[in-house]
Amino acid sequence: MSTAADGTPIDDWIEIHANGRVTVKTGKVELGTGLMTALAQIAAEELDVAVEDIDMAGPWTGRSPDEGYTAGSRSIKDGGAAIRRAAAEARQALLELATAQLGDALTVARGVITGPGGRRSYAELMGGKPFHRTIDGRAPLKHPESYSVVGTAVRRADIARKVNGLDGFVTDIRVEGMVHARVVRPRTFGARLVDVDTSALPDGVIVVRRNDFLAVVADREEVALAARAAIRPLWTDGHPLPPMDDLFGWMRRQVTDDSDLVSWPRSGDVAAGQRTIVRDYHWPFQAHASLAPSCAVADVRPDGAVVYTAAQGVYPLQRALAQLLDLPPASIEVIHREGSGCYGHNGADDAAADAAVISQELGRPVRVQWTRFDELVWARKGPAMTTRMTAELAPKGRIAFWSADIWTPTHGGRPARPDQLIAGRLRDGLAEPEATAYIGGGRNAQVDYDIAAQRVTMRWLRKPALPGSALRGLGATANTFANECFMDELAALAEVDPVEFRRRHLTDPRALAVLDAVTQACGWGLPLPAGRGRGFAYGRYDGTGAYVATVAEVSIVDNEARVERLWIAHDCGLIVNPDGLRNQIEGNLIQSLSRALIEQVRWDAGGLLCTEWDSYPILRFTQIPPLEVILIDRPDQPPVGAGEPATITTAPAVANAIAAASGVRLRQVPLGGQLR
Amino acid sequence: MFTINVNGVDHRVEAPGDAPLLFVLRNDLGLHGPQFGCGEEACGACKVLVDGAAVPSCRLPLQRVGAARVVTLEGLAEEGEPHPVQRAFSDEQAMQCGMCANGMIIEAVALVMRGNPTDDGIREALQDNLCRCGAHHRIVRAVRRAADELWR
Repeated sequence: MSTAADGTPIDDWIEIHANGRVTVKTGKVELGTGLMTALAQIAAEELDVAVEDIDMAGPWTGRSPDEGYTAGSRSIKDGGAAIRRAAAEARQALLELATAQLGDALTVARGVITGPGGRRSYAELMGGKPFHRTIDGRAPLKHPESYSVVGTAVRRADIARKVNGLDGFVTDIRVEGMVHARVVRPRTFGARLVDVDTSALPDGVIVVRRNDFLAVVADREEVALAARAAIRPLWTDGHPLPPMDDLFGWMRRQVTDDSDLVSWPRSGDVAAGQRTIVRDYHWPFQAHASLAPSCAVADVRPDGAVVYTAAQGVYPLQRALAQLLDLPPASIEVIHREGSGCYGHNGADDAAADAAVISQELGRPVRVQWTRFDELVWARKGPAMTTRMTAELAPKGRIAFWSADIWTPTHGGRPARPDQLIAGRLRDGLAEPEATAYIGGGRNAQVDYDIAAQRVTMRWLRKPALPGSALRGLGATANTFANECFMDELAALAEVDPVEFRRRHLTDPRALAVLDAVTQACGWGLPLPAGRGRGFAYGRYDGTGAYVATVAEVSIVDNEARVERLWIAHDCGLIVNPDGLRNQIEGNLIQSLSRALIEQVRWDAGGLLCTEWDSYPILRFTQIPPLEVILIDRPDQPPVGAGEPATITTAPAVANAIAAASGVRLRQVPLGGQLR
Repeated sequence: MFTINVNGVDHRVEAPGDAPLLFVLRNDLGLHGPQFGCGEEACGACKVLVDGAAVPSCRLPLQRVGAARVVTLEGLAEEGEPHPVQRAFSDEQAMQCGMCANGMIIEAVALVMRGNPTDDGIREALQDNLCRCGAHHRIVRAVRRAADELWR
């Protein structure tokens, strides 16, 4: 397997300093998942140094490797593989240096090589110089059975810092001469700025207005905030939105670009006793709702710029900002700093573009802090999807034919051009572009059940109802909801236990292993009190990723479903850090339960209605059930990432549990409030 | 000009009286513990201790602070030793992104100083502190650990 490191210099990835410390550079960003610790473990393992001796250096254009975006649960799989390869090459280079000085029969331990001629530390061997050697991908890799650092629960270095309030977040960046800005935007999209009444503004406020781009700037942050409240912009109505209560009907009436992901013909005639079943499932628009709104600091000068951002890709943002600012890409330094937990393409890129545009206008460094309103209304949403499932159920509980028709807009939308950035569209009067590629909606559209005749058709909307992009799981959330609820409905019609029904259609031993592990853990099949029910859901993320199987237990209290407990069995191949992995899985379960039960972006004719936490609530402490996480470690299998897989099976498991407990089948998320 | 006591030290601050304490702490005093989350006292990310009570600082006007003793995340350590709640959050790895950690730790410190809470009491006390990453169970375990250490 090739990696991003192959053919590049070791020095792009690893530096060994004279004081013995090792810098490992990555193009993947820390999104709040502990990735940097896991990558340090991989480097430490392959390089034979202590993990404490490693300093991770995050993305910074011109200094770090270009690994595109940090997305798709690929940071361990791809970013980790690249670092592993680079570290192996570095170790090989050090061994060759040591052979010349110490002879053969060398041993390596914690950055020290010992041989017949004595011992040398890596730092002594390198003498503070670079490697000057290309990674050819042929250096031997350690066998996972010999691992001593990978697979252990190394503590996260960033947590030690964060409990003490030491700086490190993008919100903490302060640069000399910096001013504070707030953007001013309506709760609609496509509105034009007709007029601005600035008569009530506090003293010392600068108004930046270019076409529909409006911002207020002040030396002090509270003055900028007060100015945002006091300014009176007059906007036109903006693009009309389809009526919210007809969203899914509207989606199905749009012109779509259709493509079959699978089209395996049905075999012969319909057997006697075969039944055709058709069901519709719906998933709403949902928000990232990151805990803190996006923030960025930009210092744009005539000959270049420095931008601090929590965006998921510093190099792609650099290219987009170059066009926005009309500067050469290489003159723009984009530096990643951690932001609030990031679950996809949230407002980070747009806040960076806002800061850059304002800084360019004023010729001063600018810090833009989005408000809760900005983040909830203007950060791109996880797109709504609607699906029609059709199956033919043969006698003896086998699925003879399976089809899905999936209406979705693209789940892409990451900025490559000014019209894909809010600041670009507003400043230059550009329209939101139509999708140029259809991305992400087809994740988990195809089931890995053993069904000979299948058709899965993507019906891509050219324009979404609301601006959308990648939100954790992308189409896999809605698709797994449809697939796994439908499997349950078919099992019920076939009068077969839903887990047994799936078992009949699965052959992959790793799939069966997660199914067995979770059903044993929860005591599947044991009787439950009246008013309680359990639901099961299975998925393999994006077809080739982690295997997950989830069970939810719900009770019905006062015509409302209460989730009592969730169990999950999770197989993502080799486990790099079991505690970090558990943390990820727990987080996925809680966030996806919140999305399944209560989350939905609402709007009316006047625009979006999710403007603060009251109008876009998320689950709180007393609403969160106990979780049981079963990790299946497979050292013989490559690690495939865990950022999203555990998200996809929660909603169908809960819907299936509600059906089991109440007899009522819910086919639309959010599931809460529908039994009343 | 106002004088406020933050982390045991009197600071003279040249800022408007209606400036939210959060911005004074971050921008005038250079502290990074309290974070801006919503500006509406609805998420808890900006909490600080004011005379021992955990309160949001995002709307608390500077002029209302008066002689109260304000303690931020940076001021919880004593003689270089982190507060037991801080240590417990580290021991339990009780966060993902950590943007909510300030408010969680501040609220938990106020809670465990009042008495030894039950697990349900911990959840109730943290009900107004939001976490989007889903570290809730770890956070409850961390507060439990700190409370047990303080009250055993």
